[in-house]
Amino acid sequence: MTEPHDSSLAKDALGSSGATALGAVLEDDLSGIDATTGGPVVGTKPRSLWSDAWYDLRRDPLFWISAVLIVVFILMALFPGLFTNKDPRQCDLSVARHIPSPAHWFGTDIQGCDVYARTIYGARSSILVGILATLGTAIIGSAVGLIAGFRGGWLDTLLSRTGDIFYAIPLLLGGIIILYTFPNQVGTPYIVVVLKVVAALAILGWPSIARLMRSSVLQVMPHDYIQAAKALGAKPGRIILSHVLPNAMAPVMVVSTINLGSYIAIEATLSYLGIGLQEPAISWGVSISDASGLGYVRSAPFMLLFPSLFLSLAVLAFIFLGEASQNAFDPKRH
Amino acid sequence: MLKYVIRRLLQMIPVVIGATFILFCLVFALPGDPTAGRCGDRPCPPAYVAAFRAEYHLDKPLLVQYGLYLGRLLHGDLGVNFYGNTVVSELAARYPVTLRLAFIAVLVEIFVGIAAGVIAGVRHGGFLDYLILVSSLVVISIPIFVIGSLAQLVFGMKLGWFPVTAGDGSWSQLVLPGFVLGALSVAYVARLTRANLIDNQHADYVRTAKAKGLSGFRIVTIHTLRNSLIPVITFIGYDFGSLMGGAIVTEQIFNINGIGNFIFRSINQRDGVSVVGAVTCLVLVYLLANLLVDLLYGVLDPRISHD
Amino acid sequence: MRRITPLVALSISGVMLLSACGQDVAAPNESSSSTASAATGPAKDGGTVSIRGCTPQNPLIPSDTNETCGGNVLDAVTAKLVHYNSDTAAPELDIAQSIDTTDNQHFTVKLNPGYKFSDGTEVKAKNFVDGWNWAAYGPNAQQNSYFFEPITGYKDVQCGDDDCKVKPKATTMSGLKVVDDHTFTIDTSEKVSNLKIRLGYTAFAPLPDSFLKAPTDKKWQKFPVGAGPFTITQNTATQIVFKKNPDYGGKFKPHVDEVTYKIYNDAAPAYNDVVANNLDVTDLIPTDQLTNDQWKSDLQNRWGIRQSGVFQSITASSKDKQLQNQDLLKALSMDIDRPTITKQIFAGSRTPADGWVSPVVDGYKPGVCGDLCKYDKTKAKEMYDKAGGYKGTLTIAVNGDGDHKAWSQAVCNGWKNDLGLNCQLKITPDFKTLRDQITKRELTGFFRTGWQMDYPSIENFLTPLYATGASSNDGDYSNKAFDAKLQEAAAAPDEEQANKVYQEAEAMLAEKMPAIPLWYVSTPFAWSTKVTNVKLTPFGTIDLTAISVK
Repeated sequence: MTEPHDSSLAKDALGSSGATALGAVLEDDLSGIDATTGGPVVGTKPRSLWSDAWYDLRRDPLFWISAVLIVVFILMALFPGLFTNKDPRQCDLSVARHIPSPAHWFGTDIQGCDVYARTIYGARSSILVGILATLGTAIIGSAVGLIAGFRGGWLDTLLSRTGDIFYAIPLLLGGIIILYTFPNQVGTPYIVVVLKVVAALAILGWPSIARLMRSSVLQVMPHDYIQAAKALGAKPGRIILSHVLPNAMAPVMVVSTINLGSYIAIEATLSYLGIGLQEPAISWGVSISDASGLGYVRSAPFMLLFPSLFLSLAVLAFIFLGEASQNAFDPKRH
Repeated sequence: MLKYVIRRLLQMIPVVIGATFILFCLVFALPGDPTAGRCGDRPCPPAYVAAFRAEYHLDKPLLVQYGLYLGRLLHGDLGVNFYGNTVVSELAARYPVTLRLAFIAVLVEIFVGIAAGVIAGVRHGGFLDYLILVSSLVVISIPIFVIGSLAQLVFGMKLGWFPVTAGDGSWSQLVLPGFVLGALSVAYVARLTRANLIDNQHADYVRTAKAKGLSGFRIVTIHTLRNSLIPVITFIGYDFGSLMGGAIVTEQIFNINGIGNFIFRSINQRDGVSVVGAVTCLVLVYLLANLLVDLLYGVLDPRISHD
Repeated sequence: MRRITPLVALSISGVMLLSACGQDVAAPNESSSSTASAATGPAKDGGTVSIRGCTPQNPLIPSDTNETCGGNVLDAVTAKLVHYNSDTAAPELDIAQSIDTTDNQHFTVKLNPGYKFSDGTEVKAKNFVDGWNWAAYGPNAQQNSYFFEPITGYKDVQCGDDDCKVKPKATTMSGLKVVDDHTFTIDTSEKVSNLKIRLGYTAFAPLPDSFLKAPTDKKWQKFPVGAGPFTITQNTATQIVFKKNPDYGGKFKPHVDEVTYKIYNDAAPAYNDVVANNLDVTDLIPTDQLTNDQWKSDLQNRWGIRQSGVFQSITASSKDKQLQNQDLLKALSMDIDRPTITKQIFAGSRTPADGWVSPVVDGYKPGVCGDLCKYDKTKAKEMYDKAGGYKGTLTIAVNGDGDHKAWSQAVCNGWKNDLGLNCQLKITPDFKTLRDQITKRELTGFFRTGWQMDYPSIENFLTPLYATGASSNDGDYSNKAFDAKLQEAAAAPDEEQANKVYQEAEAMLAEKMPAIPLWYVSTPFAWSTKVTNVKLTPFGTIDLTAISVK
């Protein structure tokens, strides 16, 4: 090994992010997870790793706790009407900052809106940002990592150095600049508003996934079955799709689950800094940052407490899921 | 070894140029004229705008501006910002503060994180392990601005244990912000320490030590921990660079005149020269830290050699 | 005095709240305070105090600073012909011994001898004349050059084009003449009945010979030399230190020897520091601390609140055809529940506006807006329907970096609830972006407008904002009759008469609602246990000459 870590670790454990940092830790943790070692017979049955992992997962209480929570949150994001019949945008200023009561279970916020309804409806934006940003980084990162690792040579150098450029720009600062550059207009559709935040996170977040993918591809590449496929003249696309990708994907998946939680927390910090999602979008981040002034924390803590609690639970659920799958995919446990 | 270092250093050049160019384009593309808002609620007089744009070369095309910038950069000149201060002097005033803050945060990571990781690792699978797992993850799941404000309220204002803000940026003032900043990474350090410790406990040399009748404590401290700490130290090394740029929120809450806050405000001012200069320095710090850590890794782990 | 810049936008917004309920502050100089801070006893001399400050946005040259952060610094350092009384805002002679005129167009200014700049040189007539000529000269590109516009010959010193490729015809204004060392004359191209009041504005400060010899020297940008009570001894990114000016020759002598202006980027840390006695005074208190009177229990008799010359409004974009319907504007104005918003969102640090002029200035007349500024949702709905309603989504544009989200959301929600219209906020990330869009006339719907007075005159709330083509006429309001009234008022023989005519002009605004008045601002402030005699000026700034150490 000439470049032991390929300067991978922690991009920034800044403010609330840490998504990448955690990824980095795991990259380290997972360096031993060569997907191919999962199966008893190298190269023949890549699926065995996955079924092994599933077998382990089913026995892990951590997995079940997180799975149930995630299902609840996803339901909340898809069908908020199941959980409340109140309109989160129906606000009465004259009853602003009322403490929790039978009429308003979680109290009312600064505008006199129902905190419970806003918390339920806020799930959609937060979960959407989390899932899409994770998908974005995973797709871009995996693609780049695959190509870099598979092709090697000058292309590898080019892609890796390009990754360095984005990696070296602090996530929060880069995100601020990007979101300032593409401001929202009135009438910008909701999904575009969300996608902008997602794009900012994905643009700055993909290099850590790319590195992870590249190193696992490099571990997979020397194996006989790939060399055999090459020798048999299989097309590179086919080799990648049917041999390299399935065997190199596990670490990326584990890190992505954990990143998902962190992205939800980052969205809150972006809202706090006045960028990120904003009205009329409802999100936990917006609710938390609106209620985070110390004066409000002291006079109306419920405005902060409930959305924070939901956000923490969601983040925890995804991180636990990541933890559980990390354990399950860890070959050393077998 | 030397060849390796030179190669790494050379590779930094395109990265730095690429990063400055991307930043330059982004800052250039920011909506909002730099002079808008400089005259408060009324538009600036045209003569003022023209003079301002000429002074900062804003009237030239992007590539010319970038060329001028690179030319100055070669001479170590980062330019003059919109407040009429040289960017070098602005950075010189803030880097030491941010360095101190990041240093304290790293100390927190080391002491709290490793201690928690060792406890969790030794008792892995037990109650303490789970407690540490859950509590460290809870810290991650709360947005930093909430942790920061609450810490300021409780430890600064109510209990009075720490100064409320850190405007001067002295060591004593930065302790509380350092804890807040470091809190997030503590969880990672703890997880990392724990995982490596557990791995190493199954290593042959530990078995040998156990067979020789050494006590559990000695095994942990002398044998396992030293080897387990290699990845932890590398993590912390990388983290140091990122802590410096990532402290925007902490700096805002505690009124610290640091780099993160400076960049954030410069973005607000459309002060491109300051933004590019400050971020370029961060990128350099980050790249050098990466190099240093990679070298350190080689020193700590004799199995790795740099040609 | 100065416009609301980003940080200040934050301050203004973050700032104001009064005691629990929206208390009707009508008298121009009324202020409430926990202790009789403003009154009482002989103040002790000496000592040092620290006050909250923010980063000056521009070079510290009187004619180039137009925002609060730098303006506060310059006010401590400079003395002007006229000084505004810190209680009543009334103009009092300072460097000027007399300002005489018989026709409001030809003025003779006599200076008090004995005023000295902090570099030891005496303040003479030429420091005014040469200084003003330098500031008004087009190629020098000073932000505040338009303040000299009334002076005869101003046009001749302006550039021929925007880039100043065509140099001005003259280098000096013909309306300014030095008579002797302590006398000069000002001629204006038109009658200006309130010139005396205007002369207290920072841009009219005299400039020392040393500056005029080398105006481009960078040192002036950080260390201005003025004839004021203080002089700057240190100016860094984190603090600006003032020392008493040993040569100060005026009447407004400070009690303290040294003032440290500590730079804060945010309201919260400054407030927290004052609570913990790490900072002596802040004039910026986060809105959230004002709710439920929390700050009063935090501070225990270390707080005050002062109505300041700031007026806030929303202005309809001239690009929005639907909003040219004045009945619609009136209906919308009547459907803003100002008392509830000032109580619930601002905790009383704003007072519902009943006109377009702040109550702190001489010439304020209550109730000019009448029923149009009173909340009546049934009548509003009736008028709204009659006016044909608003089709599509009505937007209010505000900047996200200054606590404007809460009130604009409340206004929007009110319209949605009462009128059934579709209302949405347009939040720009920062003040600059908003300002840029307003200037380029890119917005539709409403946008936030605020005005912090330059000088305490009713004229300053009207001419720059609503005269045809005026510099801050963001809604492109144009009304010949209104313009004529302003001219008539400017030519009035005395101030009382002028104010009357200005009030008539103000009343004309109610016909078309070029801006919908929202509220007047009161500034809450707080101080440490170490200091006493803390008060704010009508501009909402800390009065550095009053404060003293216990």
